[in-house]
Amino acid sequence: MKFTEEHEWLRVEDDLVVVGITDHAAEQLGDVVFVELPEVETQVAKGDEVVVIESVKAAADILAPVDGEIVEVNESLVDSPAMVNEDPLGAGWFFKLKLDDLSVLDDLMTEDEYKDFIG
Amino acid sequence: MAEDAKTCLYDLHIALGARMVGFAGYAMPVQYAAGVMKEHLHTREAAGLFDVSHMGQVILRPKSGRVEDAALALERLVPVDILRLAEGRQRYAMFTDDAGGILDDLMVANRGDHLFLVVNAACKAADIAHLRAALSGTCEVEEITDRALIALQGPMAETALARLAPGVTGMRFMDVATLPGGGADLWVSRSGYTGEDGFEISLPEAAAVAFAQSLLDMPEVAPIGLGARDSLRLEAGLCLYGSDIDTTTSPVEADLTWAIQKARRTGGARAGGFPGADRILAELDGAPTRRRVGLLPDGRAPMRAGTPLFASETGGAPVGRVTSGAFGPSIERPMSMAYLPLDFAAEGAQVFGEVRGKRLPARVAPLPFRPATYKR
Repeated sequence: MKFTEEHEWLRVEDDLVVVGITDHAAEQLGDVVFVELPEVETQVAKGDEVVVIESVKAAADILAPVDGEIVEVNESLVDSPAMVNEDPLGAGWFFKLKLDDLSVLDDLMTEDEYKDFIG
Repeated sequence: MAEDAKTCLYDLHIALGARMVGFAGYAMPVQYAAGVMKEHLHTREAAGLFDVSHMGQVILRPKSGRVEDAALALERLVPVDILRLAEGRQRYAMFTDDAGGILDDLMVANRGDHLFLVVNAACKAADIAHLRAALSGTCEVEEITDRALIALQGPMAETALARLAPGVTGMRFMDVATLPGGGADLWVSRSGYTGEDGFEISLPEAAAVAFAQSLLDMPEVAPIGLGARDSLRLEAGLCLYGSDIDTTTSPVEADLTWAIQKARRTGGARAGGFPGADRILAELDGAPTRRRVGLLPDGRAPMRAGTPLFASETGGAPVGRVTSGAFGPSIERPMSMAYLPLDFAAEGAQVFGEVRGKRLPARVAPLPFRPATYKR
């Protein structure tokens, strides 16, 4: 699993990259009450705002961690946004990306590097 | 920036794992480990303990010794019938300004030989100056700085508090009493800011930590932070000063006319005689141009404070603005309060809130969003 400074995790599954937020991020956000997902088959560039989440405290954007095409979104979050808090690294995933070249993930943080990053 | 002040329960909050934030010049717990959602639901199901020691506690002591003189003096600052507030009772009030806006909202209790006021933390210095400037001829205005203020709210609040202060079981909504409890004299009112039955307890700082700990040791009681306090009061349809009411809103626009008793209205025994009476009485006799309403978005996206409201899905200028908005854990949907022109303020009227550039439909809904469960 790889990590970004925006507190996202990326996991390669069947040549696709699954993206979610870390448990640290979920805890900081507080209880998530609303998730707005992107359309599938959308081309996104690194840094694009692709998901909006609202917690009991505030709204936050989830940014595309790398360039790619959104091929699947986790529709179950629309009715069960609390899943983001309950299982951020598993059932609380947001979307799957198809990348031209998976080697761009090499530039992201490892789990140990992310742990150092959040101190 | 000056460092935030600490209430006497600060160390207890830290020990309980609170996340602290600056609020009205105080370091206050926004949430504990359980989180806003669980804290909110716990308060509705059992009992929640809130530290509200940052709020201002003020005694108005009549120089004549007659509490009626303090009541009549205070009536010069609020559009509320204080004279007929019976001993042992409390009432909601607001300080108005000359333009008919709201300087602060407060609770006023008649404690026999004096009036006891609880005011908002952010306004307390200004409120006390305002009281001294207007009332020093008739009253001693005494700020209480050595007492904590704790709220215990929820359906099990009475059961829990009665273990320490059995006398509370005889109180009903908006009663006030001095009761022994936990080795101190408690100034108790049966009231709160959640829509639940519950109590607000003023007690000496020296006794507050042990008292709060005794309550928290009970299985029904959990500590609740400012986050859940906000969603609880919003479900209950209660205004937050500085958001839903301020100097730009009149009590009539704010739909607080229930707090203005007959005696202070046109034709009443002591009609007018408070700041901004011309405007406020005219709005009562006629109608304000806009009114505070409840708003329920059709979808799941919360419409938060500042969200502009439109009459239609495209075009046009905003007709109003959301003043508070959040997700309601008990009603399981987002909710807002807003000001709208009377044409749009009828129950069921549709407006559109612009959230992230999209206009989303919402309907005017009656307040409170969740019925109160006071012990009347």
